[in-house]
Amino acid sequence: MNTGPRRWKDWLLSDTPASRRQAALGLAYRRWRRFAGNPLSVFGFVILALLIIVAASGPLIAPHDPLQQVLSDRLLPPGSPSHWFGTDQLGRDILSRLIYGSRLTLSIAILVVVIVVPIGLLIGTTAGFFGGWVDNVLMRITDVALAFPKIVLALAFAAALGPGVINAVIAISITAWPAYARLARAETLRLVQADFIHVARLQGASQMRILLRYIVPLCTSSVIVRATLDMAGIILTVAGLGFLGLGAQPPSPEWGFMVASGRNVLLDSWWVATIPGFAILLVSLAFNLLGDGLRDVFDPRHGG
Amino acid sequence: MPTDMTQPLCEIDELRIGFRGHDGELTDAVRGLSLTLHRGERLGIVGESGSGKTLTGRALLGLLPPDALCQAKTMKFDGQDLLAMSARKRRQLCGRQMSMILQDPKYSLNPVMTVAQQMREAFHLHSPKLGRREMRDKIIAALAAVHVRDPERVADAYPHELSGGMGQRVMIAMMVSSGPRLLVADEPTSALDVLVSMQVLRILDEMIEKHDTGLIFISHDLPLVMSFCDRVVVMYAGRVVETCAARDLVHAQHPYTRGLLAANPPLIDPPDELPVLKRDAAWLAESTGESA
Amino acid sequence: MIDVSALTVRFRTKTGHVDAVREASFHVDEGEVFGLVGESGSGKSTILRALSGLAPIASGHMKIGSHVLGEKVPRAFRRDVQMVFQDPYGSLHPRFTVDQTLREPLTINGIDRQDERIVDALGEVGLGPAYRFRYPHQLSGGQRQRVAIARALIVEPRVLLLDEPTSALDVSVQAEILNLLRRLHRERRLTMVLVSHNLAVVGFFCQRVAVMRNGEIVEQCDIASIRAQRVEHEYTRSLLTATGGYQREPSYASHSGANGGVTKR
Repeated sequence: MNTGPRRWKDWLLSDTPASRRQAALGLAYRRWRRFAGNPLSVFGFVILALLIIVAASGPLIAPHDPLQQVLSDRLLPPGSPSHWFGTDQLGRDILSRLIYGSRLTLSIAILVVVIVVPIGLLIGTTAGFFGGWVDNVLMRITDVALAFPKIVLALAFAAALGPGVINAVIAISITAWPAYARLARAETLRLVQADFIHVARLQGASQMRILLRYIVPLCTSSVIVRATLDMAGIILTVAGLGFLGLGAQPPSPEWGFMVASGRNVLLDSWWVATIPGFAILLVSLAFNLLGDGLRDVFDPRHGG
Repeated sequence: MPTDMTQPLCEIDELRIGFRGHDGELTDAVRGLSLTLHRGERLGIVGESGSGKTLTGRALLGLLPPDALCQAKTMKFDGQDLLAMSARKRRQLCGRQMSMILQDPKYSLNPVMTVAQQMREAFHLHSPKLGRREMRDKIIAALAAVHVRDPERVADAYPHELSGGMGQRVMIAMMVSSGPRLLVADEPTSALDVLVSMQVLRILDEMIEKHDTGLIFISHDLPLVMSFCDRVVVMYAGRVVETCAARDLVHAQHPYTRGLLAANPPLIDPPDELPVLKRDAAWLAESTGESA
Repeated sequence: MIDVSALTVRFRTKTGHVDAVREASFHVDEGEVFGLVGESGSGKSTILRALSGLAPIASGHMKIGSHVLGEKVPRAFRRDVQMVFQDPYGSLHPRFTVDQTLREPLTINGIDRQDERIVDALGEVGLGPAYRFRYPHQLSGGQRQRVAIARALIVEPRVLLLDEPTSALDVSVQAEILNLLRRLHRERRLTMVLVSHNLAVVGFFCQRVAVMRNGEIVEQCDIASIRAQRVEHEYTRSLLTATGGYQREPSYASHSGANGGVTKR
């Protein structure tokens, strides 16, 4: 059994890869090892992995129905026999609500990133690559989008279209993509000067080919790092919107809303607001640590 | 050439510099380097990239990166033990008696300060009591001494407004005109064109002669070092492979040195094919070779 | 093969314009190696970029083979003229393996038998199949330049432009690359234009040389004249002297440079 993993490791770390797949897997493995060398990043990664597992297996592991109100069991403290994290004012199990809430939190955050990153990347690289009036027009559009404050826009959307998760996602997305466009544009401007781009032109590559095959892949790593770090902020914004009643609506177990509704009983039953608050903190922290770790891994000085 | 028979200006014995990698493994960049420098002597350290020559220069001045592990049997300047010294005393020593010029003035001069402001900072260390008027005069005089034609204009310029050669002259004015006892020049002309290099070297020559400064000249250019220095040390993979007088290098013993000399394409009568250096693994384990 | 007459390259700046190359004229025969020597800012690299269609021509006339260089550059031109750049660290895409780097020009130009050609190209520059799937950061400077040369030659151009191909390399690696270039020149009968600031490198390789200063060609001669120091322009003479190494004042007993350089002052 000892030779098994050792052979794999040697294959991955080989100095003379025999195929593109081996080379790419080897590069990924080296990056993973560098990432794993930083205990804080690993901690963040573990937390997020747990979050994903919990969210995915929610209905299977939640001890109670998150929406079921058992008024005789109101405000039980944590450590109670069948309610490990206690219950809230309506007798609902906090642990189950936390588990179901994680699904909401995660899906909103992922949705935002999936919308925002490709749009920002595309707009930024196009602006940086073509320059001239294309750059001007795209950047002015970006500036307009940057001018909107997140929460105010969400309020406006809620007023116009009614509160809800989808509207919250739209509101956050509209205000989040400009940062990625700017980042991608800055990277592109730097890359356009590089000799390997000149070589591609010399070989007769079309503009589209250079943009999509050469430039976009090189911008992706910094955009991904930024997105990971931003996730923390997005989660807080979603929680904030939930706190204001603009996100998921009751009785949805959204974490921000849970904190808001626990406000009234904060002094006597601290756990109703604090435990979801702590969950928000933990997940934000985990994303931050993961983002930091990724940034170190993709540092160009290490050939990332 | 003036040599102080009593005490060497600088003495290094068995210097080892290593770095710890991601997986905890220690890589040795300099392995057991030893050299001696006398007052007013010019010593050249020649090596290719990765030979450890730059790290040696920086170790002397205490400018190694924080993750570098440096140890030596002896590292003395003017009889004082550099390793045993307190950090503060070492900094003072480095500021007042040892100096360094680096390769590219674009990166070694502070881009947000004018030349005069930077020179004032440098001179302040040596003459803290000087008034503004006198400091300005001193700066202008230092710039004139390195043959800057318009010292007033250059003094008020920012580094990015100066050409490479001018920037190096400013560096020399800053670092050498106060007459340090030891100067470490790390590839001072590698970023410059060949004609400008000669001018800068001439100025450096003048300055060193004037103050009887000991010079450690680090470069990858063997012919240049041979023509500028008195003695040459050749480094390979962190070790010294040859030490001898500059004029004796044409009769070098070590195959690496001979290979380096031969690899330079000669202008007159070039061979059909340049002799290629065959790196012998045995060179990695050898001790230093003395031939002078 | 290459005909340049009265070439002027003008770049627009914020305050007007600057002429990087002024009225340059030279001719290169087929199979010849032509050297362009000068210091930084002399315009030598700009001429190369103009020759490869990467710099704007303000006035003048350039002809490579049967292509007249003007506004539109035909696809066929791309296969006839290739260039090797100075910085081995910047001329390879950091995320492409060597295999992908060599495959790109083949794919772009619709050339077949790609795997075969890639293996052949690597062999020609002295890199075995072990290097085929490495990333650039796993290669040394000399190895990267070899890949750059292989990439330039894989489309079988007739003209190879070299912009200071060895300036960023150690001396021993430079020797290997120069030998390689010489062998390739002989085997493929390429026409080459080599740009360098180092007169000795140019002297090793080129048959004729043009010396540039401030955008102008100040002298053109064959390499034998340079070696015998039969040069006319005083700038060329000062370059030759400087190539010989530093001369210390006669009061210090030591030799000047040992590479057969000039000792006259």
